[in-house]
Amino acid sequence: MSGPSANELLRVEDLHVSFATRHGLVRALRGVDLTIAPGETLGIVGESGSGKSVTALAALRLLDRAGRITGGRILWRGEDIAGASQRRLRGLRGAEIAMIFQNPRAALNPIRPVGLQIADALRSHRKLSPAEARAAALEALRQVRIREPERRLLSYPHELSGGMCQRVMIAMAMACEPALLIADEPTTGLDVTTQKAVMDLLAQLTRAHGMAQILITHDLALAAQYCQRVMVMEQGKVVETAPPAKLFSAPGHPYTRRLVAASPTATSTLPGSRATILGPPLLEVSKLSKRFADGTLAVDDVSFSIAAGESLGLVGESGSGKTTISRLVCRLMDADAGDIRLDGAAIGAIPAREFHRAPQRRLVQIVFQDAGDSLNPRFTAFDAIADPLRRLGGARGTRLAEEVEACAARAGLGADLLSRYPHQLSGGQKARVGIARALVVRPKLLVLDEPTAALDVSVQAVILELLDRLRAEEGLAYLFVSHDLNVVRMLCARLIVLQTGRIVEQGDSQALFRAPQTPYTAELVASIPQLVTAG
Amino acid sequence: MSAAAAAGHALHVLRGNRVSALAAILGLVLVLAAVIGPLLTRYDPVTSDVAHALQPPSAAHWAGTDQLGRDVLARVVAAGRLDYAIAAAAVFLSFIVGAVIGGACGFRGGAVDRWVGRVVDVLMAFPLFVLAMAMVAALGNRVENIVYATAIINLPFYIRFARAEVAVRRQAGWVEAASASGNGPGRIVLRFLLPNVLPAMAVQISLNLGWAILNAAGLSFIGLGVRPPTPEWGIMVAEGARFITVGHWWLVAFPGLALMLSVLCFNLLGDGLRDMLDPRMRT
Repeated sequence: MSGPSANELLRVEDLHVSFATRHGLVRALRGVDLTIAPGETLGIVGESGSGKSVTALAALRLLDRAGRITGGRILWRGEDIAGASQRRLRGLRGAEIAMIFQNPRAALNPIRPVGLQIADALRSHRKLSPAEARAAALEALRQVRIREPERRLLSYPHELSGGMCQRVMIAMAMACEPALLIADEPTTGLDVTTQKAVMDLLAQLTRAHGMAQILITHDLALAAQYCQRVMVMEQGKVVETAPPAKLFSAPGHPYTRRLVAASPTATSTLPGSRATILGPPLLEVSKLSKRFADGTLAVDDVSFSIAAGESLGLVGESGSGKTTISRLVCRLMDADAGDIRLDGAAIGAIPAREFHRAPQRRLVQIVFQDAGDSLNPRFTAFDAIADPLRRLGGARGTRLAEEVEACAARAGLGADLLSRYPHQLSGGQKARVGIARALVVRPKLLVLDEPTAALDVSVQAVILELLDRLRAEEGLAYLFVSHDLNVVRMLCARLIVLQTGRIVEQGDSQALFRAPQTPYTAELVASIPQLVTAG
Repeated sequence: MSAAAAAGHALHVLRGNRVSALAAILGLVLVLAAVIGPLLTRYDPVTSDVAHALQPPSAAHWAGTDQLGRDVLARVVAAGRLDYAIAAAAVFLSFIVGAVIGGACGFRGGAVDRWVGRVVDVLMAFPLFVLAMAMVAALGNRVENIVYATAIINLPFYIRFARAEVAVRRQAGWVEAASASGNGPGRIVLRFLLPNVLPAMAVQISLNLGWAILNAAGLSFIGLGVRPPTPEWGIMVAEGARFITVGHWWLVAFPGLALMLSVLCFNLLGDGLRDMLDPRMRT
C-alpha cells in the first residue's frame, strides 16, 4: 500500500487536522487514509463530529482559519497538494475537484440569477464570451433536468425549491467537468422523493462523465444504495472501509455494527412491548382548513381523531401541510374553518393569541423539529424546563426544582447538565431538554414535529425508544409528524398520508407500508433508501 | 448565570480583544476620576480666587487655573460627573423606552408597527442636534430637560434597532415554544426576545453614550445646556476659547481632552461589551 499508482485520482495518507479553540487544540482528524480511483463512488459515513466533512474540506484545502493540517499527505494525481500554493489550489478547485454542499440555498448568491452564477463558474476556468457562457449555462441546466431551463436561467434562488437549488449547485459543480465531485450531505433537508431524484441524477451524471464522487452522509442506507465503497468514520479515524453489501450485512467493527443496528429500516421495531390499551377519543379534528396570506391552501378539509394513549403518524413531503396541522392542533395558529376538540372541549374556538391562558394549554404540548432552534439561547436547560411549569403548573421554589429535576431524569437528562446553556449541549441533549419541557406539565397529547430529524441515527434510536417508553408509562397520546416513513412506522400504529393539504390515505401503518393504496404513498415508500436491498 | 462566571467570561473577552481591554481600563479610570475625583481635590470647582487667575499648569494647579482663578482640574473632574450622569440617564431612558416600543412593534407588526415606523422616520428626518436645541429652548435649560432632549433624539435609533432584531427572531422555534409553555405576548417580548437582543444593543448603547456626552457638551457650548458657573465640559471649552488666542491653552485643552477620551473610550468599548453579554460566546 505504498507509492501512488497511476490508477489513483486522490490519495490521502495519514492526514491529521487540528482546530484551535478556546480550550486548546481539538484533533479533528487523527490519521485518515483514503484513496479514490477515477469513476469510483466512495461513501464516507459517520455521525456528527466524526470528521467526515473535515476530511473533504481538508482534501480541498478549504479549512477555515482555525483548522490546520498538522500531518500527512494529500496526493492529487500523484502531486502533493498539502502544501500547495493558493494559486495552484484555485486552479484545482472547480476545474478538477468540485464540491456541493448541504443546504444549497445558502450556498447560492441570493441576489444573482442562478444562470449567471453558473456562467460565472464556467468563466472563472474557461475563456468564454458572455453569450457562450450563457449557452453553456443553459446546457448545464438541461443536463440536471430542471424543468423550463430557459426560464430558470434568470430565476433567483428564492424562486426555486430546495431540490431545484441543489440541481443548480450540481450544474455549477459539473459545469467544468471536474474529475472528482465531493457531495457533502447533498440531500439533507430534502424530501425523500426529491432526495431520490437528486441522488439518481448525481449517479447518472458521474457515470456518464466518468467522474469520481465522494458522498458524505450520515444516512447509511443512502451510502449503501449509491456507493461502490463505503468508509465509516468515528472520532477522526477511519474504522472500516468495504463494499456496502459486505459492510452492512457483516459489519466488522463494533462501531459499524452499532450504527447499522441504530438505522431504522423497513422492518425495525422498538424494543419493548407496543401493546397499548386505547382509551376514549382524546383529540377530534373535523373539517380543518387553513389558507395562508399568500393564497396557498395549506390544510384542506382534514379530519381525524386520536384516542388516549394512541400514537398517530402524519407523513407527507414538505408543503403537504403536516407542520401547519401540528401548529393548528397545538393552538399556536388559528384555523380558517373546522373544529378541534380536546377531551370534549372545543379548543379550536379559543383564539391562538388567548390560548396561553386557557386551561387546556397544559394538556397539549409540542416537541419541535430543530431542538437547537427551539431553545431560548439565554435560558439554561433548567430554566427551559422550569418555564412551562412556572407558567402552567404554578410551581415555585424547591417543589419546582424537584419537579424539573425529576422530569429531566425521566427524559434521560442528568442533573449536572441542567445549568448549561443550549450551545453547551449536544444535539441529543438538546432534544431531551425539548422533550422534558413538553412533558413537565403532564400533558395528555404531545405533538412531535420531526423531533429526531436533526439527530444522528444512534441518538435518534435512543430518543425514539425514550418516546415510546414515555408513552407507555404515562398514557400519552402522540401526534407524530415526520417525513421519514421508517421512523414513523416504528412509533405509530396508525398513519395518515398527506399531500398538498389533503389526506390521501390512512390506516394501519404496517399494512400501508406493505401495500400502499395510492400512487403517492407508493412513491413515498419506494423513495426511502433501504439498507437491505431487495434481492 | 453566576456573577463569578460572568466576570470570568468578561475577563476572557477582554484578554482576546486588546482594543476593548484598553477602552475598558480607560473608561474605568475616567469614571473613577469623575466619581471620586471631586472628593480628592482640595479646590472647589465653583469658588473663584481672582488672585490666582489664569495660571499655567504647575505643581499646585496641575491643569492651571481659569480666568476666575478656579482650578481647571477640579472643574474638569466635577464636569465629568455631570456629563456622565446626563449621558447615562439619557441613554438609559431611550434604551428602556425604545426597546419596549421597538420590541412590541417587531413582535406584533400590523398597523401600530406601521404608524410607529412613520413617526420614527419623521423624527429621524430632523437634524437631531437642532431638534434637541429646540426642545431645551422650549422647556428651559435645566439638567433634566437636557436629559429628556437627548433621550428623545436617541429614541428612534433604539426603536428601529429593537424592532429589526426582534422581528428576525419572532419566527424562531423558541418563541413558539414559549407560547406553548403558556407565555403571553408581553412576557415573550420582555422575558424572551429582549434579553436575546441585548448583546447586539450593547454596541448601540456604548456608541450612544459617547454621542450623548458630545450632545450634552454641545448644547452647553452654545449656551443652551447647563448654565455657568456649574462646571461642564462644553461651557469650559466655550469660555476657554476666548483665551486661546492669548496663549492660555490649558483652559480648552483639558476639558477638550476629557471629552475626546470619553467619547473614544465608549466607541471602542462597544464590540467587547456585546461579546461579554452574549452567553453563546461562553464555552
